Amino acid sequence: MNLKYNNRQKFDPILPDHDEWPVVKLSKNREEFIEKVTNAAFKQIKRLRPTPQALVQELETTRYKEKLRLQNDPWEVDPDDEVAFWKKVQTDLMEISGKGETGGKEDEILYRILLRYATEIAGNFKHSYYRFTRRVVTFGFARLLNASQSKMFSGLFRGERTLRDKIRIRGYTNLTRDLAKKGTIVMVPTHFSNLDSILVGWVIHELGLPPFIYGAGLNLFNMGLFAYFMNSVGAYKVDRRKKNLLYLETLKTYSNQAIQKGIHSLFFPGGTRSRSGMLEKKLKLGLLGTALDAQRSSFKKDANKKVFIVPVVLNYNFVLEAPSLIHQYLEKEGQEKYYIDSDNYTTSYKIVKFLIKFFTKPAEISVTIGHAMDLFGNYVDKEGNSIGKSGQPIDPRDYFLKNGKISRDKQRDEEYTRLLSQRIVEEFHKFNEVLPSHLVAFVAYLLLRKQFVNLDLYSFLRLPEDELCLEFATFKEGVRKVVQVLHELAHQDKILLAPEFEQPLAVIVDTGLNNLGMYHAKRPLLRNEKGEVITQDLNLLYFYHNRLVGYNLDRHV
Amino acid sequence: MSEKPVGVIGAGSFGTTVANLLAENAHVLIYARNKEQFKQMRDQRRSHDYPLHDNVRPIESLEELAAETEIIFPVVSSSGFRQMMQDLAPYLYPYHTLIHGTKGLDVSLPPGSDINDPDVVINRNNVKTMSEVILEESVVVKVGCLAGPNLAREIADDHPAATVVASRFDSVIADGQKLLRNDRFQVYGNKDLIGIELTGVLKNIIAIAAGALSGLGYGENARALLISRGMVEMIHLGRALGGNTEAFIGLAGIGDLVATCSSSLSRNFTVGYRLAKGETLDEIINSMQEVAEGVNTVRIIKKFAGHYGFRAPITEKLYQILQGKATVKEALQYLMKIPLNVDIDFL
Repeated sequence: MNLKYNNRQKFDPILPDHDEWPVVKLSKNREEFIEKVTNAAFKQIKRLRPTPQALVQELETTRYKEKLRLQNDPWEVDPDDEVAFWKKVQTDLMEISGKGETGGKEDEILYRILLRYATEIAGNFKHSYYRFTRRVVTFGFARLLNASQSKMFSGLFRGERTLRDKIRIRGYTNLTRDLAKKGTIVMVPTHFSNLDSILVGWVIHELGLPPFIYGAGLNLFNMGLFAYFMNSVGAYKVDRRKKNLLYLETLKTYSNQAIQKGIHSLFFPGGTRSRSGMLEKKLKLGLLGTALDAQRSSFKKDANKKVFIVPVVLNYNFVLEAPSLIHQYLEKEGQEKYYIDSDNYTTSYKIVKFLIKFFTKPAEISVTIGHAMDLFGNYVDKEGNSIGKSGQPIDPRDYFLKNGKISRDKQRDEEYTRLLSQRIVEEFHKFNEVLPSHLVAFVAYLLLRKQFVNLDLYSFLRLPEDELCLEFATFKEGVRKVVQVLHELAHQDKILLAPEFEQPLAVIVDTGLNNLGMYHAKRPLLRNEKGEVITQDLNLLYFYHNRLVGYNLDRHV
Repeated sequence: MSEKPVGVIGAGSFGTTVANLLAENAHVLIYARNKEQFKQMRDQRRSHDYPLHDNVRPIESLEELAAETEIIFPVVSSSGFRQMMQDLAPYLYPYHTLIHGTKGLDVSLPPGSDINDPDVVINRNNVKTMSEVILEESVVVKVGCLAGPNLAREIADDHPAATVVASRFDSVIADGQKLLRNDRFQVYGNKDLIGIELTGVLKNIIAIAAGALSGLGYGENARALLISRGMVEMIHLGRALGGNTEAFIGLAGIGDLVATCSSSLSRNFTVGYRLAKGETLDEIINSMQEVAEGVNTVRIIKKFAGHYGFRAPITEKLYQILQGKATVKEALQYLMKIPLNVDIDFL
């Protein structure tokens, strides 16, 4: 893979006329689209719950779950009429069960609920917001950046450095641009930080692509600043508190219909930020499945609209919420409690503080755009044609054929989705860029761990940090060995290396130590006055180390 | 009758049997690589002592076979399987379904090396089941396998029997059932494809051992001992290779094991039997018409277990016998002395 950085390359917008942007078109026809989603979801629920009895039961379950949610977990963003709405549903349902004869009333209730959900989910893309946000991001941040480089306030308006120096983009950028003109792109990035969505939004713009839509956790809309960003980048709202069938089907239908309409989408297929710091190994199949459904529907309608999956790998030297993420992971209390609200992002003030820190200190973020695939994990060329393993052309339509016709087969498609998710995980590992900071964390953690092989993981992590220390020479030797193996892996296209890896070992080690989790109050790694390598927070060290798990590197330390 | 004909690749005794079974429900195209055999099927309507069903049409080209069918049953020996897939792959599309009936493993070795070389490493990266070979070599994803107590002779004679079709795809299982089922032949489905493939593969090892016990003139106690201990060994090996325990206690596992360990119709059983009677492996193999998969499987599994450092005593002893380094008697004595006394340790 020749995936060199080219930070000077400018990408022209592929759709200069903003009225041509799919999201703009969508927002203009918002009402119509919501109705379409509601109708499609309605059909789907009727298919799943064909008898009036089954449907009424489902409605009861939904109402009950919603009541519990309102009691136990109310949020600021919840609309004011929420309680009244569900009260009314309750009265109407009671009326039906009292009569014994439903009289089609249940369909009306179902439609009402689905319409409410669809309206809530639907994003509210405002073009003026978008422009403003863009300006804030590029102009504001670039100013901060330049000020920091010269370390003086006078540097504030020189403007020779841009975000592109801070955020390095490499990979199949041109392929992605070509395909965005030919079909619908579904971008699937790794997920570490709440910043990811903003970062990816910026990358998308930088590549000259029109804005993508994506499902952002409703909890993010609780925070003023985030809400502003989200509303401007075409986010639709995903409420993870609502686990009922009606809501989930509406959500999937929304995504499916949008993809069919040709609107580029963004999913974080891990479903939630990686708590452990590892690359995602298991993906959520629900939203990925909607991409497959959308593709099948397009083929069935004989529209030759193709859907392309583009994996994206993000790497940070520093993840703001790392302490709480790894804490949740280790406590295992996590159990899919995505919406724990005690993140470090609770206030806009904190975010701004972080952003200023981020842009005033030298720490790059790396973004790799992976190779586009079809929904079956085959690579796609710039014409949008799927290419098999031995280079033969493949017609993706063939995967849906049974006796020569496009057929609907839920279990088959679930299996395809599972296979696709495995392919995405493979690609994540391949396009993961090793940062020196992750490397030093990996080596230091394993060397420390080796001193206490008899302890289990949890006892080890509970050790007081001042008992842990590594001789610098041992540490450096460990890094050297792993660097050697990494170069071999990179040569076999199994991983990517940051540019620092071209430099002498001492530079890699220093860069790594300097950059690793630099803004944490307690540093994961640093050197003491004797020159030894020590840690102030073993959990954090474990977190950053995890990024290189899965390559069988541990036996080389 | 299904809309399109169904393909069978390989016209050995089991391939022919599968084709005849399918022919009761569909038109069948059968391909044999050997030109002589093709002519025999075309001109005499016979293959391996079995008459061909009227609905079976011999075919000379893989390309035609793939073009006319959506569902194909490859039933060729494991040693020729990858080559067959490479020949077939250019004509396959993602709409094809492949359900194979091969009970062996594929090993990729560096060119010029032999599996018996001491420095050749066998691990999960170079040992593949047939379904994995299909996925590696072609664009086909809808893959399944057939496994179960299916002695070809008995099926040909219309005795009642059953098989398992395994696949991760429900539609593949449904297709297999629809095509194979008749009033003397029952078809069960299983979602653990790898597990079911492995039952068929690993039971061949135990079948050789069963033949050997028989060759020594021992009776049912000895056979029962072997079957149950053999089952434990199969499960441990099967799990190491990626199967689930459940696969081994069904029709394809215990069912097939009992059939092959009791029947002199089985090739693997015959190998063991004749070894015990004092013949050498070369003599036996040279006189057999078709491949006994178990011989190769023993070699692969012995090395595989060695690589991961776990014990597979029956396989290890059989390996020594096959290499001419121990007699059947010596091996048996050794096995009887193993200080293993836990009956069930896999559940």
